[in-house]
Amino acid sequence: MLRGVMRDRINGALRRVPAWPFYPLAALYPAWLFYRGLTGGLGVDPVKAMEHAMGEAALQLLVLGLAITPLRRFAGINLLKFRRALGLAAFFYVCVHLLVWLVLDVQIPAQIWADILKRPYITIGMAGFALLVPLAITSNNRSVRRLGPAGWRRLHRLTYAAAILGAVHFLMLVKGFQMEPILYLAAILALLGMRLAPKPQRKAA
Amino acid sequence: MAGRWINDLTRADATPEAGFLNRRQIMAGMAGAGLVAMAGGARATTPEPDDWDVITQYNNYYEFGTGKDDPAEKAHRLTTEPWSVTIDGMVERPGAYGFDEIMQAMTMEERIYRFRCVEAWSMVVPWNGFELADLLDMAGVKEGAKYVAFETVLRPDEMPGVRFPVLDWPYVEGLRLDEAVHPLTIMATGIYDRPIPNQNGAPLRLVVPWKYGFKSIKSVVRITLTDTQPPTSWNTSNPREYGFYSNVNPEVDHPRWSQASERTIGGGFFAKRKPTLMFNGYESEVAALYEGMDLREHF
Repeated sequence: MLRGVMRDRINGALRRVPAWPFYPLAALYPAWLFYRGLTGGLGVDPVKAMEHAMGEAALQLLVLGLAITPLRRFAGINLLKFRRALGLAAFFYVCVHLLVWLVLDVQIPAQIWADILKRPYITIGMAGFALLVPLAITSNNRSVRRLGPAGWRRLHRLTYAAAILGAVHFLMLVKGFQMEPILYLAAILALLGMRLAPKPQRKAA
Repeated sequence: MAGRWINDLTRADATPEAGFLNRRQIMAGMAGAGLVAMAGGARATTPEPDDWDVITQYNNYYEFGTGKDDPAEKAHRLTTEPWSVTIDGMVERPGAYGFDEIMQAMTMEERIYRFRCVEAWSMVVPWNGFELADLLDMAGVKEGAKYVAFETVLRPDEMPGVRFPVLDWPYVEGLRLDEAVHPLTIMATGIYDRPIPNQNGAPLRLVVPWKYGFKSIKSVVRITLTDTQPPTSWNTSNPREYGFYSNVNPEVDHPRWSQASERTIGGGFFAKRKPTLMFNGYESEVAALYEGMDLREHF
C-alpha cells in the first residue's frame, strides 16, 4: 500500500480526469496509422506494420485493463472508471487487426476459413476474438443492471481467457525463440496470479 | 566462365528508373518470349517493380534484430573491411581468401532474380555477383565432396540481435554440391551496381533464387566442402517447419501458413497477392536436380 496521503492525492487527481476523451483518442490511432501507411510512413510493408501495430496495441490495452484490479488492491490506486474504455478500445483494435488480416493480408475468402481451421495460431486468435464479442456487447450500464453486478462480473472474467489466448497467439506466430511475446504472456499470468492472493481481512470497527 | 544462364527479368522489372526502359523493354520482350517458348509457358509474368528502398529497408537479418527495419537501422555497425572467406574441408587449396582477391578473380554479372521469403512475401532484386561455382573452382573441390556448408560472421559487439538466442548462432546454411554449382546459384556483392548494403548481407552473400530466402545466407565468412549433409540454422531450430532443401513450392504449405500465394512488398496497402510459382519460377532450370525425389518429404 502507498502511504495514505500520497494515495489520496493520486486518486483525487484521477477523479478529475474524465474517461470519455479516451474513446476518440483510441479511434484516432488506427486512422492515423492508416494515413501514415498510405503516405509511406509505415515502411514498404504497411499491411504487416498495421496488422502488428493493432494486435500489439490490443494486447497492451488488455494488460492495462487486467492491471486495474491489482493496482486497487495492492496500491490503493483507483482506475476503475477507465476500465470500460480500455476494454472497448482493445476490442476495437482486435477488430481492426482482424479486418486488416482479412482484407489486406490474406485477401482470398476461401483461404481465410482454411486458415482459421487449419492453422492453430489463427484458431487461437479467433477464439480470443470470439470471447471478446459478448464482453464488448455488455460493456454498458444497462447490461450491468440486467445481468446484475455478480453475473456481469462472472461473464467479464472471460477477459482472462481472451488475454491469455491473445498472448499465446502472438507467441505461436513468431519465428525462432523471441522475448516479446513471452513478456506479454508473463505479464498477463502475473496479473491474473495476483488475483489469487488471499484478500486482506477487514478489521471490524 | 560466366554467362551460363540467361536472365528473363530485366532492369525494367526491378526499377522504375525511366532511363532504362526503352532499350530494356525490347530486350525483356525478346528474352521473355524465348524462355517462355523453351519452358512451355511455365515462366512467370513480369513482376511488380521494386526499388532500392524496398530491397534495403525490409530485411530479415536476425543478428541485428527480428524486426524488418532492425537490419537497416543497426547493420551499419558491422565492419566489412577487411573481409576474408575461409574455404576449407574437401578442397585442394584450403585457406582464407581475401575479399579483394576474390573480386579480382571473379567475373561480375547482373542477375535479376525473384526473391521469395518463407514468410510468403516476395520482391525482385537486381543482384551483382558471380557464380558460386567459380569461387569453388578457386579452391578446387575434391573428389567425394557432396555438400557445401556456409557460415555467417558472428560478432556480438557489432550485432545486437545475437544477445538473445533467437537461433543458435552463428547462422549456418548448406546446399547439396549440385545445387551449389548450378549456374543460377551466385554469391552477390552488389545491388543496382552499388556495393551490397550491410543489411542485405555485405560484403558477400549467397543467393539461391529457387529456394526460400533464408537459404541465401548473408555475410559469409566460411565455406566448407563436406561429404555429409551439414546442419542448417532454421532446420535445427524447428525441423518440422524448415527442411534442408526449402525449395519454393506452392503445393507444400508451411505448417503455420499457406505457401500457395505471396504478397509483393512495396505495393502499398492494396497490393494483390500473386500465386507462388514452383521453384519460384525457375522450374525449367532446376527441376532436374530433384528428379525422383518426393518434395513433400524432402521439403
